[in-house]
Amino acid sequence: MIKTRSLWALVAVFAMHCGTVAAQSIVLASTTSVEASGLLTKILPPFTAKTGIAVHVVAQGTGKALDTARRGDADVLLVHDPEAEQQFIDEGHGGTRRQIAWNDFIIVGPSADPAHVRGGNDSVAALKAIASVQAPFVSRGDNSGTNAAELRLWKIAGQAPGTPIREKWYREIGGGMGQALNAASAMDAYTLTDRGTWLSFQNKGSLVIAVEGDPRLINRYDVIELNPQKHADAKLGPAKVFADWLVSPEGQQAIGAYRVNGERLFNPSADKPR
Amino acid sequence: MWLISSRIIDRARFSPSVFKRFHQVSSPLGGAGATLTRGVSTCSNSTLQSDGGALGDFLGIVGLSLGVSLAATAVAAAISLPLGTALAIFSFRGRRLLVVLLNAFFGLPPVVVGLILYLALSRSGPLGLLELLFTPTAMVIAQAILATPIMTALVHRASERAWARYGDELICDGASRMQAIPPILRIIRAELLTAGLAGFGRTISEVGAVILVGGNIRGLTRTMTTAIALQTSQGELSLALALGAVLVGISISISATVFALAGSARIAGSDEA
Repeated sequence: MIKTRSLWALVAVFAMHCGTVAAQSIVLASTTSVEASGLLTKILPPFTAKTGIAVHVVAQGTGKALDTARRGDADVLLVHDPEAEQQFIDEGHGGTRRQIAWNDFIIVGPSADPAHVRGGNDSVAALKAIASVQAPFVSRGDNSGTNAAELRLWKIAGQAPGTPIREKWYREIGGGMGQALNAASAMDAYTLTDRGTWLSFQNKGSLVIAVEGDPRLINRYDVIELNPQKHADAKLGPAKVFADWLVSPEGQQAIGAYRVNGERLFNPSADKPR
Repeated sequence: MWLISSRIIDRARFSPSVFKRFHQVSSPLGGAGATLTRGVSTCSNSTLQSDGGALGDFLGIVGLSLGVSLAATAVAAAISLPLGTALAIFSFRGRRLLVVLLNAFFGLPPVVVGLILYLALSRSGPLGLLELLFTPTAMVIAQAILATPIMTALVHRASERAWARYGDELICDGASRMQAIPPILRIIRAELLTAGLAGFGRTISEVGAVILVGGNIRGLTRTMTTAIALQTSQGELSLALALGAVLVGISISISATVFALAGSARIAGSDEA
């Protein structure tokens, strides 16, 4: 009996907990790179304190985040794959799209550097070199923004476009950015990562930056509101408040102020989209 | 409960470093954690809580894990106790098939349950109007679905034995088969404990379904297991491992507590059945 009673007490406590959720809340479908960088953890509390809108972040790859919104399960998007975003808008799901920040992708690899690409700034040449010596390369393989960027680079490098290269050294892990870095670290492999996740990642092992500074490696983050005609059920009002805040001077300042080990992870760019 | 939570507090005192980075994975919204923290007045480290932070967040995650799993186990128990016993008492066509199916569903992959529930609860799905996706309620539903088959099968097996031994007696006393369900459940109460713990074990350790229907939202649907997955993805392997150790510790504490309570309530062993 004691057991039963304490169990029900706990269920009751839990039920009360469910009832304490903020009055207004929106679901933000975002990407694993944004989540892993820790940016939202930093900038959301002041936003919620100011507006009373709780933002529930569901971190997925950009492709999955867009799908979640297509099904109507998200109220607003923060993603980084311009081509997939355009398609989303063309299908009539997306409304206003605004760039909030940019950073860049980098290619990281083992310090032993079997492909001899370290120190360069030509990402395509580096991929060619990696392919020619068949050095292990980890691909996200999850239809994310980073995955899309990687496949675009392989295409420029002259590899089979779109279809993943079916070679032993090319390893699709089908996971988030952190998982890919964990895998690359364990396998002494190269991989493409966004700088934000890289800087806040704690399990680098022997991985070091191999290639950076290529203009083709720019990584743009956009906030996308939904099209009210297709998604009337979504919480469009609070979603707009959130999107407006991200591009406002206050939101931009918060994004720019976020640093890990003194390094700025996201460069605010609402005024001057890149 | 307080026993369990104060043990967590003790752990926190011993290794505060575990919680240092916790502000990154959880939020001050952790209502259950706050409730637990308030209840345990022995927790003197108020700075950790007032800055929003780490310990309160940690307790929020632990509280949510326990709350979701216990609620799911309770729901599963409400279904499996009468169902498991009825399966032993009543004979009807297709009973064997049902029992075989129940046992097969032990192996129901959580990620499949999660996916089907995700599609059902989606705003564009059949149950979309309920607006349950990405809420703790959705997680409870998913875990209850996972726990029900194993609990029903265990209850059924114990009831079968009890029915074989005491069934005639109960019927002779003038009880209908429906009326025989409660006495049978009373006879097998020791096994019910095992069934409950099996269900709880299935739910508290589960990550595939809750991460899909819960979304691993900080402060709302982040549980121990999804937090471990997230920590691992951030390369925080030692922190993930520490969380895993706490999860195992909690499981052990729950099991020990339940058995201790059962002992003090003088629940007899299975020799009765």
